[in-house]
Order: sequence, then C-alpha cells, then structure tokens
Amino acid sequence: MKNDILFLKEKAKQIRKDVLNMLFKARSGHPGGSLSAVEIMITLYYEIMKYDPNNPRWPMRDRFILSKGHAAPTLYSILADIGIIEKDKLLSLRKLGSPLQGHPSHKAIQGIEASTGSLGHGLSIGNGIALAGRIDRRDYMVWILLGDGELQEGQVWEAAMSAGHYRLYNVCAIVDKNGFQIDGSTTEIKDIDPLADKFRAFKWDIVQVNGHNFNELAVAMEFARLNKRRPTAIIAHTIKGKGISFMENKLEFHGRAPTEEELKWALLQLK
Amino acid sequence: MGIITTQVDTASLRKAYAETLIEIAVRRREIVVLDADLALSTQTYRFKQLFPERFFDMGVSEADMIDTGVGLALSGKIVFVSSFAMFATAKPWEQIRNSAAYAEVALKIVASHSGISVGEDGASHQAIEDLGLMRLIPNITVFIPADANAVKKIIHLAVETPGVVYVRLTRPSLPLFYTEDTEFDNKGFVLLRNFEKPDAVIVATGSMVYPSLKASLELEKKGVKIGVVDVYRLKPYPFRPLLPIFQGIKFIVTVEEHNIIGGLGESLSSFITEVEPHIVKKIALPDAFGVSGNYEALYDFYGLTTEKIISRIEEWLKSI
Ligand SMILES: Cc1ncc(C[n+]2csc(CCOP(=O)(O)OP(=O)(O)O)c2C)c(N)n1
Repeated sequence: MKNDILFLKEKAKQIRKDVLNMLFKARSGHPGGSLSAVEIMITLYYEIMKYDPNNPRWPMRDRFILSKGHAAPTLYSILADIGIIEKDKLLSLRKLGSPLQGHPSHKAIQGIEASTGSLGHGLSIGNGIALAGRIDRRDYMVWILLGDGELQEGQVWEAAMSAGHYRLYNVCAIVDKNGFQIDGSTTEIKDIDPLADKFRAFKWDIVQVNGHNFNELAVAMEFARLNKRRPTAIIAHTIKGKGISFMENKLEFHGRAPTEEELKWALLQLK
Repeated sequence: MGIITTQVDTASLRKAYAETLIEIAVRRREIVVLDADLALSTQTYRFKQLFPERFFDMGVSEADMIDTGVGLALSGKIVFVSSFAMFATAKPWEQIRNSAAYAEVALKIVASHSGISVGEDGASHQAIEDLGLMRLIPNITVFIPADANAVKKIIHLAVETPGVVYVRLTRPSLPLFYTEDTEFDNKGFVLLRNFEKPDAVIVATGSMVYPSLKASLELEKKGVKIGVVDVYRLKPYPFRPLLPIFQGIKFIVTVEEHNIIGGLGESLSSFITEVEPHIVKKIALPDAFGVSGNYEALYDFYGLTTEKIISRIEEWLKSI
C-alpha cells in the first residue's frame, strides 16, 4: 500500500462529511449509494490509478467511469481533494450554474471521463475506451463502478459479453454490491445472484472483497491490473449508507438528503 | 454545381458510404468503425476487410455499440457506427442522447435502410420516424444525402462536423443525378431548380429529391413553374436563406420518405411560421405503421412517386 491505512480511514471520514454536507445543502441527492462506494473510490484514486491532477486529460492516465452516476458527490469530493475541482465549488452541488451537476457531466468537469446518470451505460463506454487503448497501444486501465441494482439493465450484459469476447483485460468492473436498490433489496426486487457465476460465464475473472476494506480492495485492483488474460470483475460487498448508523441498510436514504438534525447527528458519528 | 436530368444511372448510397469511409481512413488513423451484425447490409464489411484493427463488430447489441463508440470517441477516435436506421436510432436513442450528444463526442451514426423502402421486411424494419427522433436531441447534426455522390461529400462533412452526426441512407440504389463536383457545404441545401416567379417550391429530402426534380421538369412542360430545393441537412435548420425564394409563391410543398410527423415538413413549418405566413403542404408517409411490399409498389401506394407528386401539386394549384 502506498498510504498508511489510518490516512485512508481519515480520508474516508472527510469524504463522508463532504458528501453529507453537499447533500444537505443541495436538499436532494443520494446518500446511501454515495456512502457505500467511499472506500472503493478512495482506493482507486489514492492507491491504484495513474493520473496527473495538473493534466486531467493526460492520454496515458487510467480512466474511472462512475456508471452509477448518482454517487457523484463522492467522486466530486475526491476530485476536489486531489485538486481537479475547486474545493469551494463542492457546496454548489445541484445548484443553477454549478459544474457539479446532479449526475456527472463530462462537458462540465475535466476529471469526469463520461457523462452518466442513466444506469447501464458505463461498462460499454469503458469498453470503448479500452478498445481505443488497444488500438493506440497505451496500457492504461479502465475502472468502471456499477451498482448492483444497475446490473438489472440488459445493456450491462451486452457490455460484459463484449468485454469477455474481446478479452478486454484492461477493463475492471467493480460492483458496489450493497444489496439495495430503490424499491427494496436486490434479492426481493430482481435477484442478480449468482453474480460471480454470471461474470464467469461471460469470460471474466472474479475477485470478491469486503468493499470497505482498503487492503482487500487494493489487492483485488492490483490483480486486475496484472491480469492480462481477461477482464476482471471485483464484487465488492458493501453496506448501503455505510458509516452513518441511521442510514445503513435503510431504503429511505437511497435518495433523500439528511435534515439539519440528521446532518448534525451524522457528522458527530464521523468525528 | 451540376445535376444530370437525362439518362440517369442509379447508384448505391451504402456502397458510396463504405468507399468514402475507406478513402478517409487511409489518411485519418483516428477513424474507427462499429457495426451490430449488419456489416454486410450497411457495407461496413468493406472497411473491415481493409482495416480489421479499426473495426469492431459488437454483435446484435445496439445500445452497447453506441456506448462503446462513445468510449472510443472520448479517447480521440472519430467513430462511425452503422446499422439499420430503426436499430441505430430508435433502439439506442437514450444512449445517443445521454452518453453521446450530452458529452458532445465525435460519434457518427450512419444508418442504412431508412424509410419505407426497406420494403418486404415490413413495419418492424421501416424507420419512418428516425428524423424526428434524431432532430429532437440537442447537439446533433442531421444529414440526408439524396444520391451516392451526395453521400461522398456528406461523409466528409460528417468527419469535419464536431460532435454527434446522423446520416440517413436508403436500402435501394437511387438515381445518381449530382455530378461529382457538386458542392455540399455548410449551407445545408442545394437549390436545384429556380424560376423568376415560381408557382410553388418543392422542398424535398433524401430519396424524394429526384422524384421531385422530375415532377418539376414534367410540370414545366405544362407551363407550371415549380422550384426545387434539396435539403441535405435537416438540423441545424438550413431554411433561412430560402425565404427570398418563397416570396410570392402560392405554397411550399415538402416531400420526404418519413412519417408526416417529425420530419422535414414539420421542421420547415415550425421554422416558417415564426417568420412569414406560408402554406406548407406535406407529401410524406401517413402517421401509421408501414406494410410489406416491393419498395416501388410501396412508393406508389404511399404517393411518393413523380406522378403522384405531380397530381397532388396540380390539385393544390387549383384549390389554393
Ligand atoms: C436507466 C435508469 N433507470 C432508473 C434510474 C433511477 N435510479 C437511480 S438509482 C436507482 C437504483 C440503483 O440501484 P443500485 O445500482 O444498486 O445503486 P445503489 O444501491 O448503489 O445506490 C435507480 C433505479 C436511473 N438512474 N437510470
């Protein structure tokens, strides 16, 4: 690991605080899926990905695509921390005139690789970027973060088939498997399991990790980079709303911002 | 500009597309082509034969194809994606809107088999609303070539035009009436026939340009003066420079192989009502699902032939 675990844990706290403050200020947005993906995105941006914050369009950079675009606040907070977004912009999330659109906009912010928000698109886009890397003989990785509910979109499996077929070993799909979507748990709405078997059947390699454990995430991601055989899917087992007791595994907080009271209480838990 | 009106051969628009693409790709290494299991029909297989490393068949997965194209375009490629017009526009419309046009990437959707002239395959394959679907999306440029020589020029234009471009091609070969030196520029239309004081002006697009041209030639023999305009770019609207030509005429006629809703007729009407009072008569497909049949029989059935265009214009000349 490049960083001390304590450093990463502190980052996680700081980013969760940012996310909650942003959502409170915006009076809307998606806390649950933003919080479940914090460790995944931190591991990518602070441990794994090659990029140059002073040159966000550096051609050799690794690409990250937030296919579950509603977790944008987490990404914005990280981009601000690494210096791609101005920090004082964070609280303008979802406000008229802000580049921080409700869902990521490629045109609005340099560090956003693709416009997302409509679920199901990201893996196909990532495959396209990976194919371009192959044509241009650039060995960057493309990291795509998907929600588990998102996997119910048929296009994801078209894309999984494409990546398997074209042996896009420079693609790594990370599934934020927090077990919930909007209308209920993924098991009760439309079960996506057995997920590892599905990806394997589409000619992918699989790693299963605790999605809040930096070590496990980093090892899996390093494996994905070294894997020159097939695309890798990291199934990251996570907790929706992670880190805030009253948000964890609560459907309500998929798409509701905290009230002032709730914000205070939440921030206390992040002390 | 040059047009030929006698002894016209027909030529395939799809073939012209593939040949032009190959010609451009020799010089421009950033051209990449995707297809969705219709490479033989769209003719992109010709590109595949020459540039296998820059061609990807995405299989029968149109949404995946569009977004894969987006990824390639985000990485600096100029990406051509092809399928039948139905499956290249209607099926992945949301991918075109949200991933391609919103991010303003260099994705060029060149669709063959548009309109009713797909023929025997019937309603499921007859894209008669593709122009409406595409022109509704911001940041998209919509081109409709009327013959194979126009295709050659327009594929070059598509490469030069930033962002998402839609090019509508037909299955049947069409009369080759443009000479190779005809200019297709940013004007978006070609004034094919102009008169001092025309009775009416036909504004046509794509497959309906040549039948309209012939209708005008026939009507001239009867002493009726009908101007003819080929609109090869539907969006952004190319109509403003046409206003002087419309001065003093009885009516405008739009002719298109598209649902009467959403295409050229509606575009021109919506533009013109903002600026001048004009009657815009529309020759188009009815707002109904198509049926199977030989395409020439279908053109006749739906009134999209020179003879039927003439008789409707004569009718309107009497009644308006
Ligand atoms: C195509 C599409 N359909 C519906 C939605 C609305 N939507 C936003 S989030 C969501 C649930 C997603 O669940 P999951 O992928 O598991 O995300 P997470 O639980 O990680 O937030 C839905 C249906 C959408 N954004 N896109």
